[in-house]
Amino acid sequence: MNNDVAVKVSDLSIKFNLSSEKIDSIKEFVIKTLKGEIKYDEFWALQNINFEINRGDRLGILGLNGSGKSTLLKVIADVYKPTEGKVYKKGKVVPLIELGAGFDPQYTGRENIFLYGSVMGMKRSFLTEKYDEIVEFSELERFIDVPLKNYSSGMRARLGFSIATVIKPEILILDEILSVGDAKFRKKCEGRIADLIETGVTILFVSHSIDQVMNICNKAMILDKGKMVAFGPADKVAKYYNERIVA
Amino acid sequence: MKNQIKTFLRYREFIKELVIKGVKLKYRRSYLGVVWSLIEPLLTMIVLTVVFGTLLGNTDRTYPVFILCGRLLFSMFSTGTNSAMRSISSNAAMLKKVYVPKYMFPLSSVLFNYVIFLLSLIVLIPVSIVLKVYPTWNLLLALLPLLNILLLTLGVGLILSTYAVFFRDLEYLWSVLLTLIMYISAIFYQPTKLLESKYAAILQYNPLFCIIDNFRSAVFSSEFNWGNMFYSLGFNVVILAIGLYVFRRNQDKFILHI
Repeated sequence: MNNDVAVKVSDLSIKFNLSSEKIDSIKEFVIKTLKGEIKYDEFWALQNINFEINRGDRLGILGLNGSGKSTLLKVIADVYKPTEGKVYKKGKVVPLIELGAGFDPQYTGRENIFLYGSVMGMKRSFLTEKYDEIVEFSELERFIDVPLKNYSSGMRARLGFSIATVIKPEILILDEILSVGDAKFRKKCEGRIADLIETGVTILFVSHSIDQVMNICNKAMILDKGKMVAFGPADKVAKYYNERIVA
Repeated sequence: MKNQIKTFLRYREFIKELVIKGVKLKYRRSYLGVVWSLIEPLLTMIVLTVVFGTLLGNTDRTYPVFILCGRLLFSMFSTGTNSAMRSISSNAAMLKKVYVPKYMFPLSSVLFNYVIFLLSLIVLIPVSIVLKVYPTWNLLLALLPLLNILLLTLGVGLILSTYAVFFRDLEYLWSVLLTLIMYISAIFYQPTKLLESKYAAILQYNPLFCIIDNFRSAVFSSEFNWGNMFYSLGFNVVILAIGLYVFRRNQDKFILHI
């Protein structure tokens, strides 16, 4: 295999069982099993996805709601196991699927920096060293000792983004996170991502904004009902998306 | 196996953070804070002593120490298993968004309760001094039941945490079972009478009773029952192995149910 491959997805399929009613009590389970009433609707969230990107590539993933974009990112981030197929990746993956997944609302901002950092596999000593940088970037100096439950959603996202990008990831997974926060902070985030791109990070990026995809990405793919319908250079794919899918 | 050790080392910081978080948050916003882990068993001890000692005519001077030992170990078992059982669903938000080894949650739940439990053991010191129960070198043997209770809680906790994901009713069922376990573990009555009756097996084959009995022997410097020790050690290792097995087998399905 090519040495420069950062992510390689081969024949990936994901199946969900959509049970018509969710069974989560023992009584129901026993009764329905005896009656033979447990039926599952199979639903393929992703089917036969194949692609490969190299180190330093920025892949934009486009598609309508429910087309499997987030599922794809979550498989790459190891949250879901593939039903079929394989995902190969090389390097440290930092998933930003939702900013601040791993925050505890009762903890203060300061304590959450260490908690969230450890979720990402960072060492405490590293976080202590980077602590000032994180707080400064998030612009939350005044609120850092306030419990997180009193933060607004924008403040939470700012803290999450500041922590997650302080490590230099090799593969960065971004799920629509650039659409949070105010315009000023968004600009700051985009600046930081641009810095990361310069260091040669590989990015997988989901967004509904074609402009953002064109700005950040060099490659793009379109997912439609779990199938990959296009893959190629970002500008061509974006044009196709505008013409065929959105219109 | 090698990979698993590597992952564990990579996430050891995370488990440390989870344990610290558990201890910190347990008493956050209470005025007395962590002192509660001492006061609470002390108060329960007083209540139980009044009810079972004074009212029922148990006049043994050291009876409160006897109760306290049983009560402390039992509450380690009950809070540890309960919190492990709920650990997957209460961390659902995180499990859906980032990858972390899932066993970290039941493991850290048991561990932080264990830390609180070890702290609460301090309460035994003043009570023993006041009631003139003086330790001998036998006290060192207490380390064995202390290890055993950790293994047992972890094993049972892993099993419960797995099945509670699929069946939420387990939480209610378990609280009923815990009451039963409390009554068959000789926490506030002397086990001798029961051990001589035809129901002796209830205690003899109950690993939690064995642990409590061993611990009491160490505190009171009475004869240490090695049979109980090895029986419960064997039992706990098997339970832990079963727990790890069912957890591993089912962990990939958790995400679809939380």
